[in-house]
Amino acid sequence: MTSTTEQTERSGINIARLLMSFGPLMFLAVLIVIFTVLKPSFIDPINLFNILRQISITGLIALGMTFVILTAGIDLSVGSLLAFCGMVAAVVAKGGAANTLSLSTSGTQGYGWFAALLAAVIVGALAGGVQGFAITRLKVPPFVVTLGGLTVFRGLTLTISNGGPISGFDASMRWFGTGLIGPVPVPAIIFAAAAILCHIVLRYTRYGRAVYAVGGNAEAARLSGLRVDRILISVYVIVGFFAGLAAFVLSARLNSSEAVAGIGYELTVISAVVIGGTSLFGGIGSVGGTVVGAALIGVLQNGLQFNNVSSYTQSIVIGLILILAVAFDRWLKSRVRR
Amino acid sequence: MEAALCRAPLCPAGHLPHTGGDWQFCRQRLFCEAGDWRKQTRQPISLLVGEMSGRTEGGAVPLPIAIGEPSLFMAEPTASSPPLLAVEGVTKHFSGVTALSDVSLEVRPGEILGLLGENGAGKSTLLKILSGVMPPSSGRIVFDGADYAPSSPQDAKRHGIVTIYQELSLIPTLTVAENIFIGRAPLGPLGLVSWRKMEDASRAIIARVGLAIDPSTPVSSLSVAEQQLVEIARALSLKSRLIIMDEPTSALTETEVQKLMSIMDRLRKDGVAIMFVTHRLEEASAICDRMTVLRDGRLAGHLDRDGQPIQIPKIIEKMVGRAASELYARPTQRDVAGAVRLSVRRLRTVRDPLAPHAIVLEGVDLDLKAGEILGVAGLVGSGRTELARAIFGADRIAAGTIALDGQPIAPASPADAIKLGIGLVPEDRKHQAIFAALGILNNFSIASLSRYSNGAGFMAERREREALAGYRKALSIRMASPEQAIEGLSGGNQQKVILARWLARDPKVLIVDEPTRGVDVGAKAEVHQILVQLAARGIAIMMISSELPEVLAVSDRIVTMRRGRITGEMPGIEATEEKLMELMALDRKQEATQ
Repeated sequence: MTSTTEQTERSGINIARLLMSFGPLMFLAVLIVIFTVLKPSFIDPINLFNILRQISITGLIALGMTFVILTAGIDLSVGSLLAFCGMVAAVVAKGGAANTLSLSTSGTQGYGWFAALLAAVIVGALAGGVQGFAITRLKVPPFVVTLGGLTVFRGLTLTISNGGPISGFDASMRWFGTGLIGPVPVPAIIFAAAAILCHIVLRYTRYGRAVYAVGGNAEAARLSGLRVDRILISVYVIVGFFAGLAAFVLSARLNSSEAVAGIGYELTVISAVVIGGTSLFGGIGSVGGTVVGAALIGVLQNGLQFNNVSSYTQSIVIGLILILAVAFDRWLKSRVRR
Repeated sequence: MEAALCRAPLCPAGHLPHTGGDWQFCRQRLFCEAGDWRKQTRQPISLLVGEMSGRTEGGAVPLPIAIGEPSLFMAEPTASSPPLLAVEGVTKHFSGVTALSDVSLEVRPGEILGLLGENGAGKSTLLKILSGVMPPSSGRIVFDGADYAPSSPQDAKRHGIVTIYQELSLIPTLTVAENIFIGRAPLGPLGLVSWRKMEDASRAIIARVGLAIDPSTPVSSLSVAEQQLVEIARALSLKSRLIIMDEPTSALTETEVQKLMSIMDRLRKDGVAIMFVTHRLEEASAICDRMTVLRDGRLAGHLDRDGQPIQIPKIIEKMVGRAASELYARPTQRDVAGAVRLSVRRLRTVRDPLAPHAIVLEGVDLDLKAGEILGVAGLVGSGRTELARAIFGADRIAAGTIALDGQPIAPASPADAIKLGIGLVPEDRKHQAIFAALGILNNFSIASLSRYSNGAGFMAERREREALAGYRKALSIRMASPEQAIEGLSGGNQQKVILARWLARDPKVLIVDEPTRGVDVGAKAEVHQILVQLAARGIAIMMISSELPEVLAVSDRIVTMRRGRITGEMPGIEATEEKLMELMALDRKQEATQ
């Protein structure tokens, strides 16, 4: 008797879990079909690569955000941190902020793209580490720490850039934003490589297991011998690193680092992660989901634009879908619990 | 002579302390021979209480009522009055399990009824039914002459039954007055809240429960005892006629208990009926007019105060009554001659390093030998869990030493303790042990990730799965697949996965806290068997449990704890439920005088 009830429980859980991992993917497929029917040129490879290029910046940050949200944390500072890292990259690439208004594309005075990239990711990781330290040691909730970070990093950006953009990078740096390998945009390749790396880390390593455990139940993780504080700090380092990487790619694409770059990105990024099925309460989620979530937002934006829907309406649609995604997530959870 | 009596750890029978101040000796005689001690020993007991109060309050202020003065606690003759509440044949099933079976009891106006029973006896189920949290499956409840079937806790309050739980339900950020009048604040002429009216009314009400505080004090700044009194005051302001108190004294100091009891007595004189749910037999004996004892969800019997307090041995007999059932088939006691693995000396921990006087554990000495199962028996709050957490590095140690295999250790975190070879199966499986949403495999290996991964940090999943498969067989864990979420398993199988988690580390010392809580009957025996087998393999096992039959069935040696101290130790073979119950549930007056 007990075995039959267990059986039914199990199959119920499996269906719910299946939906939890493939729901967003199915939704993405449906959207692509709808947009293709409305305008067949939507499915054109050129447009699809265009979408990929569009989502790669927020997508990169979303990969890092997946780690953070898996631990039941949040990082609101990523948009500002992106601008800050972009500005740092620009300063390094151009050999100083004094070149603010220079439109020279020679870049001979600077330190080159590699130094710029390195500077951006190191500054990003350090900034994340400081926030992680405040969260774990000073016991300030992540929401508050990163809300503070949001204004601090924006302020720092404006300070070093004096409010304006730093523009004009050499061709080798711009390649990272605008280049193609075959038909594929370089940013999309960077995003794909980073996604695969993150997937491997979360799915196949000791560290990945620990991240899920800390998010699933921090107290149980501590009592199982995990160094919870270190793991929490590390996820903020990771999201900072990706903000730095995304900043580099964005600056390279625009051939300019703007002090006002990345405003509101935190919302797009968090939306991508959450729509991708990662639970804001931690412990549940995957990189695959985040990639799908980012793609979903990209397809929606692009498809709506394609059909001449105003950007105002786009915001409304994306906002509603975010709420629906979380409602769906909660509903699934309640099914699983039962 | 009198001074000596005051300071001494007194035997209530008035005997001078046994050599070495061990009170236990006289306690035995007290129950076996001396009979009703309160009658014979008024003098020394009240002296003792007097000194206690003087000590805590800084001056020699005598308490209004001392626990040992029977005359003040004598009930008014109420036998003839009709019952205020009558529970008739109430039964409650939960998905196939019978939590309460055919229970009947009565409470009369102006009396204090004690509701007693071991953990799992059905007390909380009965309270939930009476307070409107859930309906009974069958049976009838009559309150004040009419059928009583509350649809919600609010409805129960409207009828005049208020339940005061251990976890107080006041809102800490609001003031005393706001809490008392929550949802029904008196209004002034403009329809706005009249603070003056509210505070005046509150002042009058809290005076009834002996509180002399400003009603505009925020509740968060009150002590637990004061908060409890505010809850009682709120109950009174609702014109409650039956107040149910669930373990009201468990968080109180000795002096606060006295005060609460005197207020209960005053309420009784005012005609309020009180149902007093407690584990503390002395308190129950001192104040209750009658008692209803539950055991395994059934009525074990009623006890009446017949001119004198209900005797503690009688209560214990009713509570324990059950012949150690077949479930707890007692294994032959093994003679454990292993070396001392873990040794704890003079251990002290405090609730908060900033408030070193809130002592959680004090002077705990303990030896745990390889291959033995040491049972630790104690009530909730006795320090048993805190002892485990201190050894495991989860709580900070204020003083004392811990040694493992003779080497002093000082684990600053669970991670340190685990590296040293200590494992802990915590008491609250859901919040402290399992990762509900994660699969069984992840739950199993989380404490030994480095064992199942390579140098580069990649999981060696095949080895991990093989290990899990081994434990699945050895512990007969019933599961669908290693990927199945652990929350889909039954409590017993979850617990086995947690046991496997620690076995994978091959621990020297395994501490299990309430190993069979929320585990169904069949799996309980399996868990016990596993523990015995592990001990046979040389693991030193410390088993904490509030289920005495379990402690008796599995332990080679048993220590009892109460109020953060070890109160006794005996070989498992000599222990009985009665002996343990006495050691863990009775107040040792000497603590208060030290």
